[in-house]
Amino acid sequence: MADPRTFLGWPLLRQVTGADRLGRGHAARSERSDRLTPRTASADRVVDSVCPFCAVGCAQKVFVKDGEVIQIEGNPASPISRGRLCPKGSASKQLVTSPTRVTKVRYRRPYATDWEDLDRDTAIDMIADRVVETRRKYWEWEADGPDGRRRTRRTLGIASLGGATLDNEENYLMKKLYTAMGAIQIENQARI
Amino acid sequence: MPGLGTSFGRGGATTNLQDLSNADCILIEGSNMAEAHPVGFQWVMEAKRRGATVIHVDPRFTRTSAVADQHVPIRAGSDIAFLGALVNHVLSNDLDFREYVVAYTNAANVIDEDFQDTEELEGLFSGYDPEAGQYDPITWRYRPPAEMTDQERQRAEELEDEERRDQEGSRHQESHQAARSESHGSGGAPVSWKGLRDETLQHPSCVFQILKRHYARYTPEMVRDVCGIEPEQFRRVADALTRNSGRERTTAFCYAVGWTQHSVGAQMIRTASILQLLLGNIGRPGGGIMALRGHASIQGSTDIPTLFNILPGYLPMPNAAHHQSLDAWVADDEGKAGFWGNVRSYAVSLLKSYWGDAATADNDFCFDYLPRVTGDHSTYTTVKAMIEGRCKGYFVVGENPAVGSSNGKMQRLGMANLDWLVVRDLQLIESATFWKDGPEIETGELVTERIGTEVFFLPAASHVEKAGSFTQTQRMLQWRDQAVAPPGDCQSELQFYFDLGRRIRARLAGSTDERDRPLLDLAWDYPLDAEGGPEPESVLREINGTGPDGAALSAYTELRADGSTACGCWIYCGVYADEANQARRRKPHWEQDQVAAEWGWVWPANRRILYNRASAAPDGTPWSERKRYVWWDAEARRWTGADVPDFVPDRAPDFVPEEGATGPDAIGGRDPFVMQTDGKAWLFAPLGLADGPMPTHYEPAESPVRNPLYGQQSNPTRKQVRSPANPLNPSWSEVYPYVFTTYRLTEHHTAGGMSRTLPYLTELQPEPFCEVSPRLAAERGLEHLGWATIVTSRTAIEARVIVTDRLRSLRLGDRFVEQIGLPYHWGGNGITTGDSPNDLVNLTLDPNVYIQDKVGTCDIRPGRRPRGPALPAYVADYRRRAGIPEAGEET
Repeated sequence: MADPRTFLGWPLLRQVTGADRLGRGHAARSERSDRLTPRTASADRVVDSVCPFCAVGCAQKVFVKDGEVIQIEGNPASPISRGRLCPKGSASKQLVTSPTRVTKVRYRRPYATDWEDLDRDTAIDMIADRVVETRRKYWEWEADGPDGRRRTRRTLGIASLGGATLDNEENYLMKKLYTAMGAIQIENQARI
Repeated sequence: MPGLGTSFGRGGATTNLQDLSNADCILIEGSNMAEAHPVGFQWVMEAKRRGATVIHVDPRFTRTSAVADQHVPIRAGSDIAFLGALVNHVLSNDLDFREYVVAYTNAANVIDEDFQDTEELEGLFSGYDPEAGQYDPITWRYRPPAEMTDQERQRAEELEDEERRDQEGSRHQESHQAARSESHGSGGAPVSWKGLRDETLQHPSCVFQILKRHYARYTPEMVRDVCGIEPEQFRRVADALTRNSGRERTTAFCYAVGWTQHSVGAQMIRTASILQLLLGNIGRPGGGIMALRGHASIQGSTDIPTLFNILPGYLPMPNAAHHQSLDAWVADDEGKAGFWGNVRSYAVSLLKSYWGDAATADNDFCFDYLPRVTGDHSTYTTVKAMIEGRCKGYFVVGENPAVGSSNGKMQRLGMANLDWLVVRDLQLIESATFWKDGPEIETGELVTERIGTEVFFLPAASHVEKAGSFTQTQRMLQWRDQAVAPPGDCQSELQFYFDLGRRIRARLAGSTDERDRPLLDLAWDYPLDAEGGPEPESVLREINGTGPDGAALSAYTELRADGSTACGCWIYCGVYADEANQARRRKPHWEQDQVAAEWGWVWPANRRILYNRASAAPDGTPWSERKRYVWWDAEARRWTGADVPDFVPDRAPDFVPEEGATGPDAIGGRDPFVMQTDGKAWLFAPLGLADGPMPTHYEPAESPVRNPLYGQQSNPTRKQVRSPANPLNPSWSEVYPYVFTTYRLTEHHTAGGMSRTLPYLTELQPEPFCEVSPRLAAERGLEHLGWATIVTSRTAIEARVIVTDRLRSLRLGDRFVEQIGLPYHWGGNGITTGDSPNDLVNLTLDPNVYIQDKVGTCDIRPGRRPRGPALPAYVADYRRRAGIPEAGEET
């Protein structure tokens, strides 16, 4: 390649005089672009993950620098996805680093017109209180059935919806806790 | 799922995405795979490159159709008529794979003499109770074998008793109860006996002959009149399927929610199952039915369910009417042929993992700690209970029902009537802010200051901020490592629920109330990780199960009913074999064969193609060299091949079970469907489905078309959610003359919480739109890129118009049917906003799974919709013109 520091190294000149007539290969390179490196190269760590959108389960590589996610790419080793990601999977770095992501607990009092701040620890305590109270108030030992009163040991006061983008381990603990609470109206996207 | 579950014994996809590349023909119906599962679609393209024929049957011409060899436009919701006609084509031209059908399916079974078909009863099967709107399936059962075992004789007497009691007036036990259907995710419905079989298939009451008669009127001409498909198009599809099936060739089917979301959804999948069985395509490479799930772990969240009617591993939630003891709970299934016959071991092991040392043989392993169901407690029924003030607390976890659920208004009205609501998500989704800026606030139907719901929004951890496993569409568990810590207050569900459980238990500590025992005795100790939550791998290990020595188990065959083993989900047993996280295996595909058995872990037992014993002929030899997969090695006396055999490993092909054998011992050498209680795949479902033993075409609850096949217009067992907020458009109405159907775009994800908040994706798909045909555009004066208002009796929404040939005007006899396509991702929050098409959808549910019908009728007009209080008035005017009674007017 002609010395890029002289005019002989100008990309246009190299394009019209060299083999790369379409200017899509080495002719397009410059001193500056030669110095560029992908941001993945600067990562401290690369962590194996799986795309959280549809159910194909494309393997992802998460590039981390200084404790921040700097890029997410497809993992070529996967026998299912072979490194590919669709537009959603390719955008998943934005899913994680979105500036509109909410990272503080928000609380709305009954009849209030706006959110207020609430400490997370207090919020979980309040939720635990609500669960205990609603469970007690709407507890049902028996219900009428086709052959008379039958034991039900449950509450119909508490419901839950969610799970299809959650981990198996999370669904497992949720169902375990809800079942022990006696809550049965436990549902997820699979039915929707 | 019950579509697959009752047919084959398990509700999961029978195959895997990579294996699609081995197909000679692929039929995609009820799915726009290229756009909704783009990366999976590479395997369809791979097959095409190798010469496979690709067919796409869909109301719209999409990017899937664009690369298919044939696109067949179909009227939304008419799939059973089309597939039923293919069944008829195969049967009336003797094109079935006879040797496979006779040996591996229940074609030869003779059915009860009192069975009556829809052909005799104008669209109903025998056993219909019009008052209850449900079937008693007793006449669908197998005729008992000529010589009965003691056990079978005893069962026959019980059934006769039951029948006598029925006639005396007390209603038949709810063995047909819909909620049972879903528990066939891994274990078929329990038949009483293997039954009388006529392997010549000539007996007039054998399944083969019944099937033939049932579908005789499903002709190409009928398909033209019902589906809008020309006979020539139909014949091309029929030829491609039959030409590419048999010993040497295989055809695969792919479907997604285009089949599941109908009031006959389970039966659409059943029709495909029947067709694939007749063609001999199940359990073989390049064959099968690929169920394309819509979310990262939809399969996982049914295997380890957050669903009302099942427990992990598809164990049914106990029903108060029948299950008041451990014995009663497992009685229906225990001892039946196949691996489902060991249900007691799975059930006891689950109870041990829930309640640990507290669960002992003396207390029925804490069976009584399980709450009982008494009917339908599904999400839509629960929302109705919220509106009626019977359900007061609600957790919404990674879900956005205000946009993603059908009839969004009902969802919002329900949430506005709670005492408290917990929303856990990454962003402030519509379900978190409905009290402030929901559509009903705009119209004045709800007023913020009058909504008493206390709302907690708790920020969630993203997929890279926690470790854990998803189960993707081919039943594969894949582990994610944690990349970074969750920011701010964000927590994983694992951490939150563990913490919540601890705090609830602390509040109840010392309670002597029997009600609190299940919480206080709960096994809730886990080693903690850096964030203070349970170590995720320790939970996976509990799911996998442990033996008497406390070591991780390696297979569900090791589970015991005596309390010596614990296992959180029996079908996942083996995922932590050898004390190693098998879901975390990541051996690159270039270091493995195509089956790639060392990438992730697949339930059950890492089997990649289910029922793969059927890839060999009854004698155990491959059907052909070309389709060789798993076969019997006579010398080693074992099944062998490319995959883990889905069979008893050393059971010889000529093995005949001893009389009275139970469980796995009762599986014959020619019974590839090891989870079925008779070892056979079901062309005819004698049990397990709420709406009939064979799929039958019914119109959606809202349809512009009269059912040309039967007097019965719609599924007679469909579940209508009755609420003033859920009025139904009358069928054949000139007020709502068009069909609408909803769908996904590549660039957005379901209710939009994970995509409408992302700049890249909103730039790619910036605005909601509707697609209409040029003919419809002319009829209603709709302008390309202008606005349109779409109206049902629930509400009206607006969207930009795309006039396109992608939506074909369908000719049905002497009339046209127009269909409107609506991508459903939008709502009021995020970077790109718009009206939610799901607000248009009515709640009429499939009786097996309580999933809504995504197809309905509507009107469409040019221009934007009315604003504020004028909107409900506009919609009410439509209802008045259509003759729909207003709330309070109904009798």
